[in-house]
Amino acid sequence: MSAAAQSSAAPSGRRSITLYLMRLRTFIALFAVLIYFAFAAPNFLSAANIVLMSKHVAQNAFLAIGMTFVIITGGIDLSVGSIVGLCAMIAGGLILHGVDLHTGYTLFFSIPEIIVIILALGVLVGLINGLLITWLNVAPFIATLGSLYIARGAALLVSDGATFPNLEGSAALGTTGYAFLGAGNVLGLPVSIWLLIAVALAAAYLARWTPLGRHIFAVGGNERAAALSGIRINRVKLFVYMFSGFCAAIVGLIISSELLAAHPATGTTFELNAIAAAVLGGTSMSGGRGTIGGTIIGAFVIGILSDGLVMMGVSSFWQMVIKGMVIIAAVVVDQAQRKLQQRVALQQMAQLA
Amino acid sequence: MTDAAAPHDDADANVILRLEGVTKVYSGTVAVKQADFTVRRGAVNVLVGENGAGKSTLVKMIAGVEGPTAGRILLDGQPVVFFDTADAMAHGIGMVFQELNLFGNLTVAENVFANREIFRHGRIDHVEQERQTAELMERLQTGVDPHAMVEDLMIGQQQLVEIAKAVARNARILIMDEPTSALSAPEVEILFRVIADLKAKGVAIVYISHRLEELMRIGDYITVLRDGRVTGAREMAEVDLHWIVRQMIGSDAKDFSTPGEHSFGGEALRAEDVCLTRIIGGYAVDHVSLSVRAGEIVGLYGLMGAGRSEFLECVMGRHPHATGRIFVGGKPVRERDVGGRIARGLALIPEDRQRDGLVPILSVAENLTLASLKKLARVFHIPARREADEVQREVRDLSIKVADPALPVSSLSGGNQQKVVIGKALMTAPTVLLMDEPSRGIDIGAKGDVFRIMRRLASQGIGILFVTSDLEEVLALSDRVAVMSQGRLTALFDRADASEAKVVAASSIGHGPTATIKPKELTA
Repeated sequence: MSAAAQSSAAPSGRRSITLYLMRLRTFIALFAVLIYFAFAAPNFLSAANIVLMSKHVAQNAFLAIGMTFVIITGGIDLSVGSIVGLCAMIAGGLILHGVDLHTGYTLFFSIPEIIVIILALGVLVGLINGLLITWLNVAPFIATLGSLYIARGAALLVSDGATFPNLEGSAALGTTGYAFLGAGNVLGLPVSIWLLIAVALAAAYLARWTPLGRHIFAVGGNERAAALSGIRINRVKLFVYMFSGFCAAIVGLIISSELLAAHPATGTTFELNAIAAAVLGGTSMSGGRGTIGGTIIGAFVIGILSDGLVMMGVSSFWQMVIKGMVIIAAVVVDQAQRKLQQRVALQQMAQLA
Repeated sequence: MTDAAAPHDDADANVILRLEGVTKVYSGTVAVKQADFTVRRGAVNVLVGENGAGKSTLVKMIAGVEGPTAGRILLDGQPVVFFDTADAMAHGIGMVFQELNLFGNLTVAENVFANREIFRHGRIDHVEQERQTAELMERLQTGVDPHAMVEDLMIGQQQLVEIAKAVARNARILIMDEPTSALSAPEVEILFRVIADLKAKGVAIVYISHRLEELMRIGDYITVLRDGRVTGAREMAEVDLHWIVRQMIGSDAKDFSTPGEHSFGGEALRAEDVCLTRIIGGYAVDHVSLSVRAGEIVGLYGLMGAGRSEFLECVMGRHPHATGRIFVGGKPVRERDVGGRIARGLALIPEDRQRDGLVPILSVAENLTLASLKKLARVFHIPARREADEVQREVRDLSIKVADPALPVSSLSGGNQQKVVIGKALMTAPTVLLMDEPSRGIDIGAKGDVFRIMRRLASQGIGILFVTSDLEEVLALSDRVAVMSQGRLTALFDRADASEAKVVAASSIGHGPTATIKPKELTA
């Protein structure tokens, strides 16, 4: 079919090549930054640096995966950065101080228990976001802006603003081994990377092969039509915010485990990086469009860009300017691609008619 | 085919505006073809036609909203081109749109003088504006207070404000698109008095309506449109209801396909006492009870706003506040949400497929399976092969013309999009199919396909309840015809008993301009 198009008119052939390149733009951007830094920054491609960078990327990628589903339904989740902070602080508090039962006893949990509690906490904050948005009809931007402040405030209240240091735990209380999550290695790869692979595969499977995934796209593409098809809109929305909270909780655990310390400001402005990664990866802010693969690549572009610039010694002020320009460029190209795609589709229709 | 020759001879002293051979093409569809239309001063010039016949497009060209693709417009014998509505207004042409164009948060006077405020010393002279508005309202005998906020007025009064706006700009031609569709009987009386008054002052009125009795009463000249063509233009005194209906429907029959011979099964759907209250008070659906048997096609006819779509939506569980009882296959339906009712064997083809039927950026295949994913999935996995097979079967059964089901559904033509919506409903394996204007906005060929599909489904034992505003369609397709008016079920005919006149009469019950309350009492 492409042969026919090429023989009929050269411009349409050129156009479809342009379109193809535009579709692959995030990949191209990824390779461009990789190649550039490989030459410009010494040690950039060393094994140690690549592992380090992947760990940085992973933090953002988790949040971006959760964010992608939220954005596909037409919403936004600004609270993820604060959930990271809150989860890190609660985890730290549980390890160091346990839960005071006010009976003279203090309850300590084992590390696996703490992990489950923290993940549940993230899901709970997501559930609250979702309930605000579905039951109380609060706009997603406002609802999650509110919980951004509340979660951050709660994180500060946990320790009165202080850092929980030395989360090694004590053998007597059975709270050792927290470091494994952030610093451990399995088969030569960091645990956080394995986790990312698992979550990304599960999310991609969910998006592509399950009714719930299809419903997420349908809700974002046309909520009314989705409702009339019998899809329970509110449940779908609850799920995406809960999943986003879950992803944020993972990041909170990983960061506090890596540092073996929990700081209440952890995760500040992470939500913006997550949104940027999703958008770079081709997720449409108006809903209905996006892929997990694209988002992962988007997260890598942003992560590599900032780490590479650091290694080149570019000032952090300039880093912000460059990151902003990359995001805007991505969206501009995205718009251009859609326009071109529409024109090509119309042309094909005209040829058929 | 046309008997448009008649009113050309009474010399053109009274003709203020004439459209000659006007054509309007939208991307792909021709809305108006080679239409001639004459507007006389001091008269009510009526335009009638079925939905989609091109009435609104025609008047939009007169009002400067749209420009004609071909043909010309003569104003006072001179060819004119309107760039926009303001331009048409400057030529003395005003339009009262179906959906009113008023600012609810401003006063009546501010609305009347919107965008042409009276200034004094660089400030808006509210006193003068209000004085002039009061004068105008007095002249129109409307009794509307110039200080009142428009949002506090009743819809009929708002309509009068819209008319006053046009009169204040010295409109010589006033276009009214379905002005009575939202009015109560006494409000209609006031409107008609205002129209008579304007007529006496030499204003030319262009009047669009579906309500034939109403047209017969106030019209002086009538022009009938069908499928974008003018099929008749005469003086109202010369015509009767039958003539109008004949011109509207025409003789070239659409392809309704012949009803297959099959007997009906047991009761598929029964709705009892379905009620839906309107936010502004009153009922959108007023205690409607109706039943459909397996294999039966029941047509639900009525005017716009008669509550037909709302009734289907109540049955489908779209309005949580609706009351009444629904039975499918004799068993009561307790599920109150759409998903639950789909599981019970109900399916709805919505009226507005762009807004309610399709997810435009998803593919044809994804749209088709959207309502039946749970059925398709094994536990939580959608098997690709199985989905593709189901999609392929539906595409073949409904003869959906698509090169590849992975293409976005928005790339299809209207008729094929409609088939996708129908296919989506059928994949839920319904026993009752509710179809809201299933043939709206699709071309003749696709209409034929949709009608054939309806017949086939009925012969397979599905009960079909379909809503239409097309008289011919309801009479040709239905085994029984139900008629709604003002939220109530006003008639139910067997195929043998139903006739155009009876159906039309039943659809206007409750609208009749019979009230004779004095306007003073109303506005006081």
